[in-house]
Amino acid sequence: MKITVNGETHTFESGMTVQDLLDVLDYGSQNGGLAVAVNDEVIKQQQWPSYALSGKDRVEIIHATQGG
Amino acid sequence: MSSKLTIADRTFNSRLIIGSARFPNPDTMGRAIEASGAEMVTVAIRRVNLKNKEQDQENILNYINREEYFLLPNTAGCFTAKDAVLTAQLAREALETNWVKLEVIGDDDTLFPDVPELLKAAEQLLADDFIVLPYCNDDPVTCRKLSDMGCAAVMPLGAPIGSGMGIRNPYNLQIIREQIAVPLIVDAGVGTASDAARAMELGADGVLMNSAISQAKHPVKMARAMKLAIEAGRLAWEAGRMPRRLYAKASSPIEGVIETSPDD
Repeated sequence: MKITVNGETHTFESGMTVQDLLDVLDYGSQNGGLAVAVNDEVIKQQQWPSYALSGKDRVEIIHATQGG
Repeated sequence: MSSKLTIADRTFNSRLIIGSARFPNPDTMGRAIEASGAEMVTVAIRRVNLKNKEQDQENILNYINREEYFLLPNTAGCFTAKDAVLTAQLAREALETNWVKLEVIGDDDTLFPDVPELLKAAEQLLADDFIVLPYCNDDPVTCRKLSDMGCAAVMPLGAPIGSGMGIRNPYNLQIIREQIAVPLIVDAGVGTASDAARAMELGADGVLMNSAISQAKHPVKMARAMKLAIEAGRLAWEAGRMPRRLYAKASSPIEGVIETSPDD
């Protein structure tokens, strides 16, 4: 399936969960400060291991940075 | 000692809120925040860099201790209510706080707010149980709408973000102070200590600043100056200034002045 992550298109196996995605992108063991939205909806951390992504999903992975 | 600052369900000793951006390096940022006495620090919400983890805009949690400072996420960079609302929701998840500094920008050059989108975003976030601190222009009508709908504070600008121009419209800020009861935080445009003191003398409950400190030649020194300025301005406000007059009123008594012999 093709999904967009932080504005970039990626191809992954279907059925991939949010946690799988974070692991593949090397953000899986980040402790705290991360948040994920799929198609403009926040997916809570407890749901990461169970939420399965589908084709054409748009994913945003964010963290807090310097800001005014 | 002047009174403490209460916003929503939190009370702060410091009336200075500091931003974490545009510091020359993390060490200076840490020391400046400490020198400022600020207890609340704003942060932005940004995508992690997936291509190059080393070049990632660093996770601010690596540099600021959440046990020591209350982190207030902003929605900087958002131009629509939709973007701002999602950003706030992501921030809530990432930082475990329902507090948000709401910014919905209408113009790239001035960074003035898009008022209709700002009001829409504020309404949606309030309905979703956020504590909303909206950055807005110095318009008393907008401030009143934001206050009436339930925002925890209003945050009118002193001048455009990062401009350092100071308090451009003290008269509007005075009107806003008179008309609204929620905490008033002057946010944006402060350039030096006297600007911050001025804001407090106008009756502001606090000042939010970033570039004024981070872009000073000596940020740590400026942070200390700002701390003192805000304390001084607040004390002056609480002390109740003397009235202004067009004409003079002698300070020294009129009676008992000596006379010399008249010239011939």
